[in-house]
Amino acid sequence: MTLTAEHTTMPVLGRLPVHSSRSAQVAHITEAARQIRIQDLKLVHHAGAGHIGGDFSSIDILATLYGAVLDVAPDRVDDPERDRFILSKGHVAGALYTTLAAFGFLPVEELATFLKPLSALNGHPNRRKVAGVEANTGPLGHGLPVAVGHALSAKLDVSLRRTYVLVGDGELQEGSNWEAMMAASQYQLDRLTVIVDRNRLQQGATTQETNDLDPLPDKAAAFGFAVVEVNGHDHGELLDVLSAVPFRPGKPTFVIAHTHKGHPISFMSNNVAWHHRVPDAAEFAQALKELS
Amino acid sequence: MTVTDSPSIADRPRYDCRDAYVETLAELAHADHRIVGVVNDSVGSSKLNSFRKAFPDRLINVGIAEQDMVGVASGLANGGRIPFVSAASCFLTGRALEQIKADVAYSHTNVKLCGMSPGVAYGELGPTHHSIEDIAWLRAISGMTIIVPADPVETAAALRWAAASDGPVFIRVSRMSVPRIYADDYTFEPGRAITVRAGDDVTLISNGTVLWRALAAAEQLATEGISARVLSMPTVKPLDTGAVVAAARETAGIVTAEEGVSGGGLGGAVAEAVVQHHPARVSILGIPEFAPTGSAAYLLDRYGLSADGIASAARALVSRGK
Repeated sequence: MTLTAEHTTMPVLGRLPVHSSRSAQVAHITEAARQIRIQDLKLVHHAGAGHIGGDFSSIDILATLYGAVLDVAPDRVDDPERDRFILSKGHVAGALYTTLAAFGFLPVEELATFLKPLSALNGHPNRRKVAGVEANTGPLGHGLPVAVGHALSAKLDVSLRRTYVLVGDGELQEGSNWEAMMAASQYQLDRLTVIVDRNRLQQGATTQETNDLDPLPDKAAAFGFAVVEVNGHDHGELLDVLSAVPFRPGKPTFVIAHTHKGHPISFMSNNVAWHHRVPDAAEFAQALKELS
Repeated sequence: MTVTDSPSIADRPRYDCRDAYVETLAELAHADHRIVGVVNDSVGSSKLNSFRKAFPDRLINVGIAEQDMVGVASGLANGGRIPFVSAASCFLTGRALEQIKADVAYSHTNVKLCGMSPGVAYGELGPTHHSIEDIAWLRAISGMTIIVPADPVETAAALRWAAASDGPVFIRVSRMSVPRIYADDYTFEPGRAITVRAGDDVTLISNGTVLWRALAAAEQLATEGISARVLSMPTVKPLDTGAVVAAARETAGIVTAEEGVSGGGLGGAVAEAVVQHHPARVSILGIPEFAPTGSAAYLLDRYGLSADGIASAARALVSRGK
């Protein structure tokens, strides 16, 4: 069964006016995240491929960034002064495309082409094909160095534009991240925010069983970052933290977002089997019910 | 356009192309604020001390971290800068190959990669520091323009072209001194071969530090009555297929000579063109193995990349006839 236009029914939510109340923003993000999950579930189910576990782990973060934090808009994707967001864990492209569609960067109908021949919507995002995508990612450990370059260019321009990068926790096993963190600290890139999707699961096992990252907060602090931990599924907490960066002038920010892979679906949540498993018809119906 | 009159090419004064590199980069940076340098602790080896002094904020040193260096360059390009990444070619291309593929070429970012001291320039330091594979590696990546300048004039011209072009470019900049080949009016055109010496019996195709050796070989062959055409091929990718096919058609065969592996680089590109368009004899001179220790000049001689070695390969083709 392939995804068709009839399966792409998500409303386009857009971004609330800048001076909207916090409660209105949180409600907006919450509804966006719910809609994005429903659409992403359809995307993966009908395409027969995708990374739904990691998608659902990161959707609350993406909805918060695009719903209320990033200074970006569909009508100014080339504005040099826009904020930059880089999805370093590029395998959750489905979550990014669905988020971009929810906020008007991408026609919702185009989601029906996900992974189809010649679609712009590759299994990993491409900046030349999809408006709003800032970097081609997929191989892990690339997004953070590129984000450091973005933040450096902003600093050279004496610009206030901000750079956010979302990395997976397993991805931090790549050494290039730590090279980039040293450089971010050396250049005092306090307009750079690294968000770690800390779901503690990688493809085949827990991060702890594979190549333990802890004590992650201490490591990031030792590399010169201002470190904050949040509940990565709590929209209010995410909004407060991501809007308030930098925490320390002269220091880049490191937000550890504690999440669960597959959240909030009962049979997916925190289950390593759902790295790139595709829901069958019964699982699809059950997940849809839980999200509705 | 070329300086081919006497004295013999081997007797002319020699230049370190890094001097032309840094002078041109400074000139470009003065004219265009977008230009920045990115290095991996390679300020001295790239001769960029004067650049750092003139543009302290615009020389970004990420330390000994090549993957980060190339990723940072990609991000800088997204922010509107024109980064010239300058690092030993062996580490720039080998250590950061996936970043060059994904962050620069596949992303089509406006990053200029300058591989310093390529080939066997670091002769005595051994194969870990030799960069004989760089061209072959990058030639496999879609969208890369690969330039191997042969003298200071061509180095400067290639840099000016790279700064004005949009997209990924790789330029090899050697520390091995070379005589001047080109006159001041030289202008670089990507994908264009230059006939630096006319001839009809056999063709020598070369670039970089070996081009003047090919010219010296042609001088030697001329004394024996063999007329050798010498094609300079500064752009390995895209290759000037037309010039290669003409050489295959009009002469007894082609000798390629390069400071790099003898498969997958210039010789490989020429052989692919010949096989597909006009089968002819091609003799590929390069470095076929991890080289032993020795100076760069010793190693080039050892692998037949001297004037004598190139002339000898050309003689063999001529003696077999068309």
